[in-house]
Amino acid sequence: MKSSRNLPPKTFPLLFLVPVFSSLGNVLLGKGMRGMGEIQYLSFSTLAVYFLKTLSSVWIWLGISSLLLFFVSYLLVLSWADYSYVLPVTATGYVLAPLLAHLLLGEVVPGTRWVGAAFIFLGVALVGRTPPSTTGRG
Amino acid sequence: MRTFLFLAIVVLSGTGGDIAVTHAMKQIGEVRSFVPRALLGVLRRVSQSGWMWLGIALMALAFFSWLTLLSWAEVSFAVPATAVNFIVGALGAKFLLKERVSKARWAGMLLVSAGVALVCVAH
Repeated sequence: MKSSRNLPPKTFPLLFLVPVFSSLGNVLLGKGMRGMGEIQYLSFSTLAVYFLKTLSSVWIWLGISSLLLFFVSYLLVLSWADYSYVLPVTATGYVLAPLLAHLLLGEVVPGTRWVGAAFIFLGVALVGRTPPSTTGRG
Repeated sequence: MRTFLFLAIVVLSGTGGDIAVTHAMKQIGEVRSFVPRALLGVLRRVSQSGWMWLGIALMALAFFSWLTLLSWAEVSFAVPATAVNFIVGALGAKFLLKERVSKARWAGMLLVSAGVALVCVAH
């Protein structure tokens, strides 16, 4: 069967980059927005000033660049791999978050989170063993 | 009630966007070369694809409905609830993109979905 060996070596680095860039982008955007302060009242002029302030933040631009890189790697990997393969496999980002929080930030991670991470890990391992492309076009 | 309505919009437009984007990329075909020249060619074809723009529009709809939802809904409810994405996505892949979703892939998808819900509930 053609599809079973249809796994270009470029697949794994890209599948790794997708969740990394997407979570990194969200963290950077979050950091940028925290620095903005809360919007006190809604009017056109306050929103316009807020918008310009947002665009002057380095964190926001780093976040946007990271999310753009996420989208590019996502498009590239979807040009040959199944959506039903990429979707669960890139869920590794949810495992990375508690792991990094524990290792780097010394956060106490509740037991249910570790159970959830183990579920995701097993699910990704299962999906990872299926052929990445079944439509015969990739 | 409006929480579920917005959740449904977020999930359906989000996976709908993903499916349209996947369809566009499958039409463009496998990207084999990663030199800047080849990537620019892909970018040109991407920007000319109607499916790609439909996908991006749906993703934008999902994003803004998500922000709207978060303005009143509990994050501890809304975030785990998006684990439904994996199930809806698999159904879309099977029926719209005609991918062969094997039993192993379904099982993996359900495990990931349950895992995401657990990780987020404990937040």
